[in-house]
Order: sequence, then C-alpha cells, then structure tokens
Amino acid sequence: MAEKLRLELVTPYKKALSEEVDEVTAPGTLGEFGILPGHTPMLTTLKIGELSYRKGGENFHLAVNWGYVEVEDDKVTVLVETAEPADEIDLERAKAALGRAEEALRKLTSEDKDFLVMEAALTRALIRIQVAGRKSR
Amino acid sequence: MANLKVIKKRISSVKNTQQITKAMKMVSAAKLRRAQEAVVASRPYADKMLGVLSSLAAREDAEGHPLLQPRGKGRALIVVLTADRGLCGGFNASICKTGERFIRNNEEEFEAYDLMVIGRKGKEYLRTRSGLNIAKVYENITGNISYSTASLIGQEIVKGYTSEQYDAVYLIYNAFRSAISQVVTVDKLLPIVPRQVEEGVHMVQYLYEPSRSEVLEQLLPKNVEVQIFRGLLESVASEHGARMSAMDSASKNAKEMIGKLTLQYNRARQAAITKELMEIISGAESIKN
Repeated sequence: MAEKLRLELVTPYKKALSEEVDEVTAPGTLGEFGILPGHTPMLTTLKIGELSYRKGGENFHLAVNWGYVEVEDDKVTVLVETAEPADEIDLERAKAALGRAEEALRKLTSEDKDFLVMEAALTRALIRIQVAGRKSR
Repeated sequence: MANLKVIKKRISSVKNTQQITKAMKMVSAAKLRRAQEAVVASRPYADKMLGVLSSLAAREDAEGHPLLQPRGKGRALIVVLTADRGLCGGFNASICKTGERFIRNNEEEFEAYDLMVIGRKGKEYLRTRSGLNIAKVYENITGNISYSTASLIGQEIVKGYTSEQYDAVYLIYNAFRSAISQVVTVDKLLPIVPRQVEEGVHMVQYLYEPSRSEVLEQLLPKNVEVQIFRGLLESVASEHGARMSAMDSASKNAKEMIGKLTLQYNRARQAAITKELMEIISGAESIKN
C-alpha cells in the first residue's frame, strides 16, 4: 500500500487543514510543483496561486496567498497568509475585485507605487475565479 | 430628616454605576472569548514560522542576512502596544511604565530611543512624559485586527531597520496568559535572534527553492509581521481580560457600598421613628400630669 502524506495548512487565523492525502500540488515561486510520498526534505516559498491536493480519487483546490511549504518525512506543512477552499469563494466578489483591479491598472504606469499592489490584487482575483471554477468538476 | 433623602439618592446613583460596570463586564467577557480563540488560532502559525526560521538561520553561517546581524549602538525603536480605551485596570499604565523603565535601564545600550505607539491610551500618557520621542502613532486598529494591518506595521518597521534609521527594534505588549493574568513582555523584534538549536538534534538537509538566501530573504521580514500580528492579538485578549476583572471588582465594590448605604439609611430611618415616638410619648405624659 502506498504511503500517505500528512498535509497541514496553517494561516494566521486558524489551522485550516490537517489531513492524510495522497498528493499535493503547490504554486512555488519558481513554478508549480507536486509532492508525493517519499519526497526529499524541502523548503520553498509560494506565490499567489492555486494549491490542490488529492485524497483518494477526489481532488480539492484552494486559492492561497504568499507563504511557504516545508516537506519533511512525508509531512507537508504549508504556511500561507490566506487560504480559501473552492466552495468558499464568493465568485461575484472576486469578479468585482477583478474589475476594480483592471480599472486601476489601466490608469497606472509601471512606475507608480500602487502598480505592484494592484497587480497582486489582479492576480489574486484571477486565481480565485480559476479556483472557484474547479468546484463544479 | 434631610439626611434620609441624601442617602437614598446616593444609593440609586451607586446602583446605576453598578449596572454599567456589570454590563461592561459581560461585554468584555464575550469579547474576551472571541479574542482568546483568535490568539489560540494564531499560535501554530507564529510558532511554525519561528521554528523554521530558527533552523534556517542556524545554518545560515557565513552570509548573514542584514536582519540577523547585530548592529552598533545607535537609535532603537520601541513599539508600545496599548489599548484605545481605558477602564481596564492597570493594563495601559503598566505597559507605559515598563516602556519608560526599559529606556531608563538601558540608557547605555543605545544613544537614542524612538517610540512607536499603538493605541490611544498609550499616546495620551506617553505624550505628556518628557524626554520621550514618539515617532509614530497608530490608533483605532485594535478593534478589529486583520493580518494586513499587522503586515503594514511590520513592513514599516523593517523599512526603518534596513534603511539604518534604527539599529534595534523592541516590542512591548501584554502577553495573554489567562483571563485574569496578563504578563507585560518585552520582545526583541530586530535584529532577529534565532532560537538555539540543541546540540545533537538531527538536522535535516533541506532542498531549498529558489535558494536558501532567497527563502530567508522572504521569511525574515514576514516573521516581523507575524510577531506583530501575534502581539496585537495577545494584547487585545489581555485588554478584554483586564477590563473584565476590573469591572468585576468595580461591581463588587458597588455592591458593598450599596450594602453599607442601605444600613446607614435604615439606621437613620429607625432613629427618626424613635425620635418621633419619644416626642409623642413625652407629649402624652405631660398632658396626663
């Protein structure tokens, strides 16, 4: 029988998840990567993106903000600032945020101080919409 | 007797006060529960962060990160975490006093001290003290703490440190022990002192992505934000705890006072009745004779 991974997802507000899973896919700063049981110890930073994990035949998706992943002895610890499961995302709000961010970015140039902030907001909104779209599958 | 009326008025006024203190106690108790849950929920995150950081920093040998390097004696920034509202016993006063004492005791350590005050009460008190330089004040953020507020404050502190405006940063806050016990705590925020890794403990060789220094580069400033966030949560929980016990003892005092006044009132009333009776009897006696 294949071994399992212990996935722990922690945010500043709560311990969001603590489960036995088969596979974790996370959005690393250098690109998306997958973790399977028996992975070498690793520490890596995450960017805004989609974190998903597989438990049995089922897939779960979450939208995560800045954080990092630590892998040690089949224990995966994910520390992120925010984590929203697909079914908790308010699609309308995300779309509104997307609209606002796009609007703001049109007016700003890349030299503006707020440019990076708005760009991050845009990415967050896009990821939320993308993750929310997964729940129907 | 006019005295009777005065005492009666006094009793009803104390009763009103008691009602208010009782209500405040209930509100604080409810708020405390929520704040306490938030503190407990945030602890795993802060602890994990510190743990990873320490094991990382312990390995970061030659190429030290600026946030880990101790610097000379220059200017120190002290972040004082107080409440926005009073009526919570010695909560605000003890924080401010500890801050003052800290500066006095460590006069030799640094050439100058700047204060960053969070909370209206701290500002009101520290502003009146001579020789203290308040660099920045944050007010009304303790009502609803979000990570983003803490992150803004953290970023500002890191900026002040990396631009060499400050050579050390301390955080003074009330750590939450239990509903009736808060401990004033002084934490060194910057430079970060990694926890000592015990000898013999097996150190895992990690794979770092992108690279160790880059991971550290991102983690260190984050750690400051996380510590601020935790400090804020602990401080708020402590505030509600302190207010709850202050209001509890205020209610008790009011109850005691009402008891005393009622006794006094009854005595005065009894005396008045006795006096009246004596007058009637002596009047009747004189008619009889």
